[in-house]
Amino acid sequence: MSSALAIIYLLSTVSFVVGLRLLGHPATANKGNRLAAGGMGLAILATLFLHELEVPPKIYLLIGGAIVLGSVLGAFMAIRVKMTKMPELVSLFNGFGGASAALIGLVEFGKGAGDTLLATTITAGVVIGSLTFSGSLIAWGKLDGRIKSTVFIPQRNIVNNLVLLATIVLAVMLVTGSLQDPAWIYVLVTAGLLYGILFVLPIGGADMPVVISLLNSMTGIAAAITGVLYSNKLMLIGGILVGSAGLILTFAMCRAMNRTLAAVIFGAFGEEAVAGGEGRTVGGTVRKTTASDAAILLNYARDVVIVPGYGLAVAQAQHVIHELEQLLTERGVVIRYAIHPVAGRMPGHMNVLLAESQVDYGLLVEMDDINPHFAQTDVVLVVGANDVVNPAAHNDPASPIYGMPILEVENAKNIIVNKRSMNVGYAGIDNELFYNTKTAMLFGDAKAALTDLVAELKKL
Amino acid sequence: MSNWIDLFSNNQDLIFVLVLAIFLGIELIKNIPAVLHTPLMSGANALSGVVVVGAILVMLNADPNNYLILGLGFVAVVLGIVNVVGGFAVTGRMLNMFKKSGK
Repeated sequence: MSSALAIIYLLSTVSFVVGLRLLGHPATANKGNRLAAGGMGLAILATLFLHELEVPPKIYLLIGGAIVLGSVLGAFMAIRVKMTKMPELVSLFNGFGGASAALIGLVEFGKGAGDTLLATTITAGVVIGSLTFSGSLIAWGKLDGRIKSTVFIPQRNIVNNLVLLATIVLAVMLVTGSLQDPAWIYVLVTAGLLYGILFVLPIGGADMPVVISLLNSMTGIAAAITGVLYSNKLMLIGGILVGSAGLILTFAMCRAMNRTLAAVIFGAFGEEAVAGGEGRTVGGTVRKTTASDAAILLNYARDVVIVPGYGLAVAQAQHVIHELEQLLTERGVVIRYAIHPVAGRMPGHMNVLLAESQVDYGLLVEMDDINPHFAQTDVVLVVGANDVVNPAAHNDPASPIYGMPILEVENAKNIIVNKRSMNVGYAGIDNELFYNTKTAMLFGDAKAALTDLVAELKKL
Repeated sequence: MSNWIDLFSNNQDLIFVLVLAIFLGIELIKNIPAVLHTPLMSGANALSGVVVVGAILVMLNADPNNYLILGLGFVAVVLGIVNVVGGFAVTGRMLNMFKKSGK
């Protein structure tokens, strides 16, 4: 490697580290993103022009074409995407990174013969890359509704673990040279792809934030492995940073649901509920309310907390909820948003949605900070959230979500719940909050219901 | 076993960098406020597109008459660049939406 190239790689590595650091603070995040992007651009250009190889123009043309094509595609997708579709897009991009790593491993496979380190890294890159690719595509399909949310495969755990075991055995045999025929690498890719599909397919919607961060982390690891293959420290460090960041987020999401990573991967919510008993079915009567009654309640409240959930994203109600918030603020109501760490389908999903509709992020309060406050809250408005406000997490040991930290909205003086119907949430369990005497149900699509609510408020 | 010890001593540099990078990553990311979880993930996702450097190396080293490798390399570069450009662009778009009153 020429020293000019090494210096640029060093600069790029520093830009990644500093960029990630800046991304961690709201005021500097944008700067961090641009810095890391700049470092990446520099590294790509340097790789192209500062090598010491004889490269025919034809190859340059091909690389140039690939870069232009990829840039146009990537930019187009990034500009076109709706903010409600963000988790889908992140999964898709992530899958592409994984596929890229798998393809590199496939091409370089021949190099590994006789060198344990190279063979190990190449094989690991192929496996991780291909399973991240197929897993991310499945995640994308599930989030997008192309694949129905939960697919149960009979004897899923046995099948999955057999495929995983077969993949590992195959990889080890390739590394140790027990399998000489290079065609086996294609079998390995297939096994990796298959495991990715089987691994994500049965995972329920509420567990999606965990899966997306985990897949993100694995793409980073695949990139780092490819870095070892080329003794390229830029790729190694860049990949590992992503890998650790993804793992931290993964564990943060798991903690927020009081579930272990193993439970997310090996047991879908619905199945656990069957295994552990149904949980309590809550009986009782539900009190319905109308938009005009709800508007009066909100209008004369002093302190209101809004709890947004995935239903808000599905209905694309982020703009109308902001309108409601502004209207109430003008009338002197103190209003805030309570954000559960796993509300939505990716880490921080609600924050991005509300930011899109220009909600001041100072109004978004995290779970631990808002919980002590509910006792003084006049009205809580729950929009499209269910499991994250289910008191069964506190008081029903038989419930599959028992122990999960929740937003303790049942402590508020009045609760309005907007839901499309009485259907159960992703965890497949009933919610006693809906039968609480303080609770009024405002049925309907979030956007339609909130639009009516705003119209009624304007009349008052 | 001696195989693995050789592996370690022959690649000490990389292994040290790897282990230190893990700790660095953890230090950098912990205590990030929830409001930034999505942009952070999407920014990190863009960073994992660094794998495109490897894809470019594949192409640069390829035999110009081996169309299988050129084809696979081409696809790898396209996918990697989509990850990089799309990832950073979408992160920027998200971050531009965050605002705080009084600013």
